[in-house]
Amino acid sequence: MTRVFVPRDAAALALGAEGVANALRSEAAKRDLPLEIVRTGSRGLHWLEPLIEVDTPKGRIGYGPVAVPEIAAVLDAGMLKGQHHAKCVGVVDEHLWLKRQTRITFARCGIVDPLSLKDYEAHGGLKGLSRAHTLGAAATIDAITKSGLRGRGGAGFPTGVKWKGASDAAADRKYVVCNADEGDSGTFADRMIMEGDPFLLIEGMAIAAFAIGATKGYVYSRSEYPHANATFTAALTIARNAGLLGKTFDIELRVGAGSYVCGEETALLESLEGKRGQVRAKPPLPVHEGLFGKPTIINNVLSLATAPWIMTNGAEAYAAIGHGKSRGTMPIQLAGNVKHSGLFEAPFGMTLGEIVDKIGGGTASGRPVRAVQCGGPLGAYFPRALFDTPYDYEAFAAADGLIGHGGIVVFDDTVDMAAQARFALEFCGIESCGKCTPCRIGSVRGVEVIDRIVKGEARERNLALIEDLCRTLKLGSLCALGGFTPYPVMSALRHFPEDFMGAKRAAAE
Amino acid sequence: MNERSWNPERITEIVSAHAHLEGPLLPILHAVQAEFGFIPRDAIPVIAKGLNVTRAEVYGVVSFYHDFREQPAGRRVVKICRAEACQSMGGRTLAERVLKHFGTDWGGTSSDGAVTIGPVYCLGLCSVAPAALIDGEPHARLDMPTLVKAVEAKP
Repeated sequence: MTRVFVPRDAAALALGAEGVANALRSEAAKRDLPLEIVRTGSRGLHWLEPLIEVDTPKGRIGYGPVAVPEIAAVLDAGMLKGQHHAKCVGVVDEHLWLKRQTRITFARCGIVDPLSLKDYEAHGGLKGLSRAHTLGAAATIDAITKSGLRGRGGAGFPTGVKWKGASDAAADRKYVVCNADEGDSGTFADRMIMEGDPFLLIEGMAIAAFAIGATKGYVYSRSEYPHANATFTAALTIARNAGLLGKTFDIELRVGAGSYVCGEETALLESLEGKRGQVRAKPPLPVHEGLFGKPTIINNVLSLATAPWIMTNGAEAYAAIGHGKSRGTMPIQLAGNVKHSGLFEAPFGMTLGEIVDKIGGGTASGRPVRAVQCGGPLGAYFPRALFDTPYDYEAFAAADGLIGHGGIVVFDDTVDMAAQARFALEFCGIESCGKCTPCRIGSVRGVEVIDRIVKGEARERNLALIEDLCRTLKLGSLCALGGFTPYPVMSALRHFPEDFMGAKRAAAE
Repeated sequence: MNERSWNPERITEIVSAHAHLEGPLLPILHAVQAEFGFIPRDAIPVIAKGLNVTRAEVYGVVSFYHDFREQPAGRRVVKICRAEACQSMGGRTLAERVLKHFGTDWGGTSSDGAVTIGPVYCLGLCSVAPAALIDGEPHARLDMPTLVKAVEAKP
């Protein structure tokens, strides 16, 4: 019986992976070829999806992207023996795109059956939790602190410091909340973990709960991720039946309702409590007064999913990787108009240009790369002139940008940067929770000012006005939605002023 | 239209079924919408009574979140991603043309009640853009003919 792996990651399903799996089953049956189809997460080579892998003595050999009408021919070419076909990409582990990566958080994703706890353990799972239990809570927090792990949701706050704060807070009840409200455009790493390696997140949350003394965990996910939610729910049941959850600690999945701002940690807490997702003023910090007023740590999926590796391999091993104050690896998500799109986990420190041109291979359209937006809808647009910026928290901040949750969206030379700046403000207006004035009103006024600039109405005055408005948003907003919207707006204006000339530009051309 | 009609008793049952949860309002609203396709205005006082909160508090939550509908949707629900990664792959033009084809605007339903088209800000399918969800199923690398065909195909 040959084992064949077909992803059921949402990106693969969106490209027809379900049909591919069905066709594979029926075409193999017609030919009397015995095979077992294992549904996995995705390896992250999304431009090759649907990517079928066949277990052979040489390793897992890949074929992709494979469409339903090609299945018969690929099977007839000897796919089950790993033989050549135009769609064969060779041994997947040897693929250059994977070889260049340092897979820590995504070590298992796309390889294991996401709903097999046995598979998870066979690939090193649950070792981190057992190591934490051996070391004790204080030493666990110490290890996370020493590893240098910083919040992968975007803020980059040291994870160990957060855990220590909640651990020190005295209370009858504490919570671990996982922020899986992955709303940033250009990001999908949390989704891939929930669909491809859900036990990793469960183990990470169990470690966090043990470290701070929490009895209950919540994963706040998104309604836009129905497949991730289904897989994670199934994984929770399996973990509960195996006794991994439900004794001293249990996890409940909650699903948001289409609000971007609920990815902000205090709005998320309000939403979990059943309220409008409005941002809370800080202090008090959630580690002191969080969910239902109890000490709460709120960590991103990737931060929690990295804790097991750190506990298994030691803080020093993790801290040995990275660049400057950004330790470890970042699961970089290459998205938008890029040839080799997908998930690329690498130590901090590569330059933006290496990531976009060398790893990403330039645009999908074949046209020149003009701009890349890093860190989601609140992140800055980078021109080619800044492609030598090293990918780390501090270097990006110094270039007036942010790495955020690790998304990189590539645009070719057809992009209209005035439209992008306008959209950033429009989005801020649509998603504003309405609590603070700069965000609620400034976003709407900002759209109007951009329109006037593009029309050429009192240009100088309106350029000064947008700059002033952005300063107000940055300094006067309660949270990052209003506070960071100036990044895409001002970076577009600063690096691509020619796009804001409107009628004047059209006349000049 | 194959709408299940709602009744206060069923709403009370849904509320009771979630009463043991901490902060049960969002799960209740999701359950009501999953069953009836929208949140009926008259269900709000029933939910408020069940949770011992004001009607304004419940309505405030319903109106805050983009997902909750106060009117029934069309037979098929299409959510087209409007975010940046999809924009970089021609998502803006695609969405405009699809809306025009079905004769509706964002959040609207075609006049024959066949399809409701809403915006969504990121489906996490940014590496295979432009993307949409059709009745919860993901579709990627869309162009106008593929999307229209997928929407008009028998569910």
